[in-house]
Amino acid sequence: MAEFRLPKNSTVKKGKYFKAEDGATNVRKFNIYRWNEDDGENPRLDTYEVDMDKCGPMVLDGLIKIKNEIDPTLTFRRSCREGVCGSCAMNVAGTNTLACTKDNDEVKGDINIYPLPHMEVVKDLVTDLTHFYAQYSSIKPWMQTVSPTPSGAERLQSPEDRAKLDGLYECVLCASCSTSCPSYWWNSDKYLGPAVLLQAYRWLIDSRDEATGERLDDLEDPFRLYRCHTIMNCTSTCPKGLNPAKAIAEIKKMMVERQG
Amino acid sequence: MSLNTPISKVRGLGSAKSGTHHWWVQKILTIALVPLTIWFVASVVQMTNADYFTVRAWLASPVSAILMLLFIIIGLHHLQLGVQSIVEDYIPHEGTKVFLKLIILFGCTLITVASVFSVLKIAL
Repeated sequence: MAEFRLPKNSTVKKGKYFKAEDGATNVRKFNIYRWNEDDGENPRLDTYEVDMDKCGPMVLDGLIKIKNEIDPTLTFRRSCREGVCGSCAMNVAGTNTLACTKDNDEVKGDINIYPLPHMEVVKDLVTDLTHFYAQYSSIKPWMQTVSPTPSGAERLQSPEDRAKLDGLYECVLCASCSTSCPSYWWNSDKYLGPAVLLQAYRWLIDSRDEATGERLDDLEDPFRLYRCHTIMNCTSTCPKGLNPAKAIAEIKKMMVERQG
Repeated sequence: MSLNTPISKVRGLGSAKSGTHHWWVQKILTIALVPLTIWFVASVVQMTNADYFTVRAWLASPVSAILMLLFIIIGLHHLQLGVQSIVEDYIPHEGTKVFLKLIILFGCTLITVASVFSVLKIAL
């Protein structure tokens, strides 16, 4: 069966409590999932009191403040801090999002932070995305052509055809959508998941690409594509406001269209 | 321990080259079931207080019998495809999965044939 309960060694225990410094008036609590392989302990939820008067507006600002000033052992990925790199994807207040674009004020009560759901944890908020990236590479995310490259010129694309890539090219592959999808939780060994399928569609409708048929052949599978049952968790969680569910529906339409 | 590369795990046994048929047939059956279900529910509601002979006479009429046969055959085929999808979603073990899919197929076929036989026995 699909796993609905956490195994014993994965249940989250109560963790340490870090009080705010004296004199702090605007205090909020960050409850953060902590686990590392080395100590052999269960995961725990550490609580950090943060003086919001001395903290930036975003969830990532809070995490960086905690790491810099309270607990340097806290581990998370981050890079661009402006929603472009996709590194700081995590589960904040029950929703997968980018910590750098999530406003602390949008969260009511304590700010609960967990790693991306149903992924193997490397440490604290860092999950293992090896398989996710391998799935991305499996859809050949580059332009494939049979016609010779025009000499000394680009492959041209009309403004209308270019516009078809809007809403797709913006994806930063943060994995928020895929890890919010129950089908991906249960069947990610074979199901490609919303992020990778959105990328697949990005190449399927690129007017310059000439491998549309081969790409559809590779997706024509009960698991790779058709585990999507359009529950749209992907679309509601996407921190970039994209619509992977629609991209998947468009792929299914192409599949039917080529049946004649 | 598996020392396969990540990409070899993803490529696996390759694409099954099927899936669209299952998905598309289910959509078509769904469309067919909309009017049929409305007709079925409306008919049953209308006969809430009817006696046995009235219901038998209703089912024996050609229009009711034909619509009932369509409802049974299409509905159960839809059920079979849908439940098969649920099994594929939640049962990762190959043996169990194949076993359950066979049970669903045989079960739905049996119920379909038995129901069709019953309707015909009354109608003909």
